[in-house]
Amino acid sequence: MAAEELEDFEQPGGLRSFWTGTISFGLVTVPVALYSATRARGTALRMIGPDEAPVQRRYVCSKDEKVLELDDLVRGYEIEKGKFVVVTDDELEAIEPKKSREIDLKLFVDLDEIDPMYFERAYFLVPSSGTNKAYRLLAEVMEKKKQAGIATFVMRAKEYLVAIIAENGILRAETLRFADELRDPGDVGLPKKAKVTAAEAKKYETWIARHTKKLDARELLDDYAERLEKLVAKKQRAKADIVRVPEEAKEESGGEVVDLMAVLSRSLGGGAKRKPTKRKKKSA
Amino acid sequence: MAARAIWKGILKFGTHDVPVKLYSAVQDHTVRFRLLHKTDKQPVKQELVSSESGEVVEYKEVRKAYPLERGRFVILEDEELESLEPEDSRDVEITRFVDPDEVDHRWYERAYFLGPDGDAKAYFAAAAALGKKGKEGIARWVMRDREYAGALRAEDGYLMLIVLRHADEIIDADALKPPGGRELQKREVAMAEQLIEALHGEFDPAQFKDEYRARVVDLVEAKAHGRKPKVVAFRPKKVKEDDIADALQASLAGAKRKAR
Repeated sequence: MAAEELEDFEQPGGLRSFWTGTISFGLVTVPVALYSATRARGTALRMIGPDEAPVQRRYVCSKDEKVLELDDLVRGYEIEKGKFVVVTDDELEAIEPKKSREIDLKLFVDLDEIDPMYFERAYFLVPSSGTNKAYRLLAEVMEKKKQAGIATFVMRAKEYLVAIIAENGILRAETLRFADELRDPGDVGLPKKAKVTAAEAKKYETWIARHTKKLDARELLDDYAERLEKLVAKKQRAKADIVRVPEEAKEESGGEVVDLMAVLSRSLGGGAKRKPTKRKKKSA
Repeated sequence: MAARAIWKGILKFGTHDVPVKLYSAVQDHTVRFRLLHKTDKQPVKQELVSSESGEVVEYKEVRKAYPLERGRFVILEDEELESLEPEDSRDVEITRFVDPDEVDHRWYERAYFLGPDGDAKAYFAAAAALGKKGKEGIARWVMRDREYAGALRAEDGYLMLIVLRHADEIIDADALKPPGGRELQKREVAMAEQLIEALHGEFDPAQFKDEYRARVVDLVEAKAHGRKPKVVAFRPKKVKEDDIADALQASLAGAKRKAR
């Protein structure tokens, strides 16, 4: 709950870059802005009140029930039940590592060496200054050599371990879990490995061999979202339960994807100032 | 302390059933804050209000609506939404096995260990076979009224299931145009390659620690004891593009010195 509240608190909505800073390798620095490369699971449903108007959230004090504005809020850490230490934005910023605005790639590893269990979330990195030569240089070389750059950095009051990966000339930051955030079979309490005879393993091997195919991304589509959309289309045709909402109450949801693509295309195309005609918008 | 299983299911390796328990492989250490009312330092709560009348709306009065274009919504009743939920099942279907490098990194979301639920022999045989073949199974299952897709992997002789994001949650990088510009100079590319080679190493995640988390904990402790935390300001760096070749040269020289 607390995390969600903070999310709302810090993200009043609309698309913006989460973080801007520099990637450095050696003494070369690449100014970048970071954008989410994933979007929320499923379709965001809105909440409608009994008066058929959308509902909004607001904060109230749990003690005096006073309605609060964002300026009335501070972060607190609960040191014991009901007792909080207040921590300000300035204090959190002040303890950020000196190089929190820098993703310093001191280590490059073979991309396939990173165990999939580490991957958490992906972000696109786009060049944030007028020039993009260093960006293109890093992307080209990393992609060619199938390397990932490893570093840590701080974003929105959290430190991330990150793998910088280049694909299709575009740099991505994939946040990784820290080693102490992952359990091993011993931590989980799994039983000791039992001996497996060749014959026992064989029947599974045969099954695996027989069912090895190319990946089909269609298997990863969201069936629930599809059923939801069908239901909506049906109700729409029947003109059932449709409500209209005053313009100002509209939220940013819905337009997110298109906006993101537009922002990314604009930012990525930023270096090609000489040929603005080629800068066309793409949609998902 | 051993973790608690969060779900039980049956891996369907064709006609071979492998009963498994699911355990989270991730333990979150993030420092969580609460939002407080500034003046009385009391936690805040969220309330729902009508955007039209401003009146408080109770959670049980809320209905869900799907946004259409131009500010129109279709209201969906609870029964209608329930009718969309997948049927309960304990089965984890494995639809195919693929080469791990076919699975886009961005799909990986959260890892779970599978442990044997009774038939340990079948479990370890399946894990050994999957490890030997070096494949990932694409798995589908229903857990707590939700459909999941996952990658079934062998991890050091055990089975691991990594939840995969839906394909449509991933923004397609191919649809984006990479930044363009004048062709890169061969010399710069060659130097950048050498630099990356010089910085090449093994991936050892244990060498990276969440130092910021430790600092946040220290900060909270200092404040809890009435001490004043120290403040250091950050100054952004200026970047000059023209110096890339020089910077590469200097970096290479530095990297070589270190290697010696």
